Amino acid sequence: MQHYSGFGLVKHGLSHHENWQRMWRNPAPKSEYDIIVVGGGGHGLATAYYLAKVHGITNIAVIEKGWLGGGNTARNTTIVRSNYLWDEAAWLYEHAMKLWEGLSQDLNYNVMFSQRGVMNLGHTLQDMRDIHRRVNANRLNGIDGEVLDVSQIQAIVPHMDCSANRRYPVLGASWQPRAGVARHDAVAWGFARGADSLGVDLLQQTEVTGFRISGGKVLGVETNRGFIGGKTIGVVTAGNSGVLAKMAGFKLPVESHPLQALVSEPLKPILDTVVMSNHVHGYVSQSDKGDLVIGAGIDGYTGYGQRGSYPTIEHTLQAIIELFPIFSRVRMNRQWGGIVDTTADACPIISATPVGGLFFNCGWGTGGFKATPGSGHVFAATLAAGKAHPLAAPFTIDRFVSGKLIDEHGAAGVAH
Amino acid sequence: MLHIYCPHCDEHREEEEFRPKGEAHIARPTEPEKTSDEDWGNYLFFRKNPRGLHHEQWFHAAGCRKFFNVTRDTVTYEILETYKVGQQPAVTAESRKRQASDQGAAK
Repeated sequence: MQHYSGFGLVKHGLSHHENWQRMWRNPAPKSEYDIIVVGGGGHGLATAYYLAKVHGITNIAVIEKGWLGGGNTARNTTIVRSNYLWDEAAWLYEHAMKLWEGLSQDLNYNVMFSQRGVMNLGHTLQDMRDIHRRVNANRLNGIDGEVLDVSQIQAIVPHMDCSANRRYPVLGASWQPRAGVARHDAVAWGFARGADSLGVDLLQQTEVTGFRISGGKVLGVETNRGFIGGKTIGVVTAGNSGVLAKMAGFKLPVESHPLQALVSEPLKPILDTVVMSNHVHGYVSQSDKGDLVIGAGIDGYTGYGQRGSYPTIEHTLQAIIELFPIFSRVRMNRQWGGIVDTTADACPIISATPVGGLFFNCGWGTGGFKATPGSGHVFAATLAAGKAHPLAAPFTIDRFVSGKLIDEHGAAGVAH
Repeated sequence: MLHIYCPHCDEHREEEEFRPKGEAHIARPTEPEKTSDEDWGNYLFFRKNPRGLHHEQWFHAAGCRKFFNVTRDTVTYEILETYKVGQQPAVTAESRKRQASDQGAAK
């Protein structure tokens, strides 16, 4: 693998940047792998990368029906934070946060992780009580967090309307300084390049059409390029997890919904942090390119169409204009939808399944991007050992039978 | 924007008047105290979540405030029929398959 550095950039500049090496190979599938990861998004590629790097297992294939990082990895609003209320969730997301902090160096690939802080606004007395509770819980778990009053908020975001006579006045906020944003595509590409250099086969345009199962154990996957053997298979297919579970003969406690986002025309720098509001329900940040990156809630119906309805966009923008009347004349440039796999408790599923050797990592719902390295790290450990990593252990499918849910729904800083 | 025919109001209305309420035809266990944890978990949380035809409940929240069922394609979002609670869908995966094979035979 070609090492990236400032020196290399200068050197390649001398040859007009025409001699850069390809970032990964495009290999033909082998007949058998030790581990198969289904789904070449951020989480799947991270899983393969950590399997190779941490566990030394390199006979791995990542099978992707489209192209790498072309699903939700390319469609999210790039927010990274770990200020979750409950211990299990907070530990998992904080695990990811710690990996984010060294990720560019680890991958030798600039994922443009920018710890510009995330602010979760409170608009009612109850919001503020919840914020105090969540910040206290975060601090007890060693996660940075502060409660801000209105004057502190205004000092950080002077353009937000915090006047008392708004329909939904801003009363305060929780503030996680270590949170921020990352360049979503770079995350997928960085993990892909890292995994490939360690010997992982990245098989694009390869669609899984079924599982070969014998005696309750998985033997491999049927694909449009033929059968590929593998006795340990990790499925990381986000919105399509239900479809793959059906192929393997069981149901999941997930529903797939469109989640829309949009970006504006590029503006001069105006917002150097991330503002989220649970109550008026929207979130906004400004990308390095200058466009406002805006998102909110899912479309209520189930869907796989990678698009949603216009009323949802309207509600999203209403929320942003409520907070930032100054943005009311900004024109929106692009809008899109990703398919998120939501669970009843807004927490993921990282779990063994009724089929031996078949593991699922899904249910990240509306907030999977922030967990990308952590999800891959614990899922790699789960696949390597054949049993759940301690941080992943609470996130079994069984919790939907035992009732031991980890209810992050209202607690996650923004409603889903 | 979906245009949804409310079988109670007998009219097409815009999506914003409605709320989707998830998979239809899920029967509540008749004897909850005798239901196993597994069956209860299935009833509460596990869903078909199909890629394709979906029978689902909708609520006419800003209209008659009644529930009804919709058969909708979850990829194209096309609404194929709406029908009242208690009725069975006319369009199902099987009926579509039959229709497709009939058309094939006619050709």
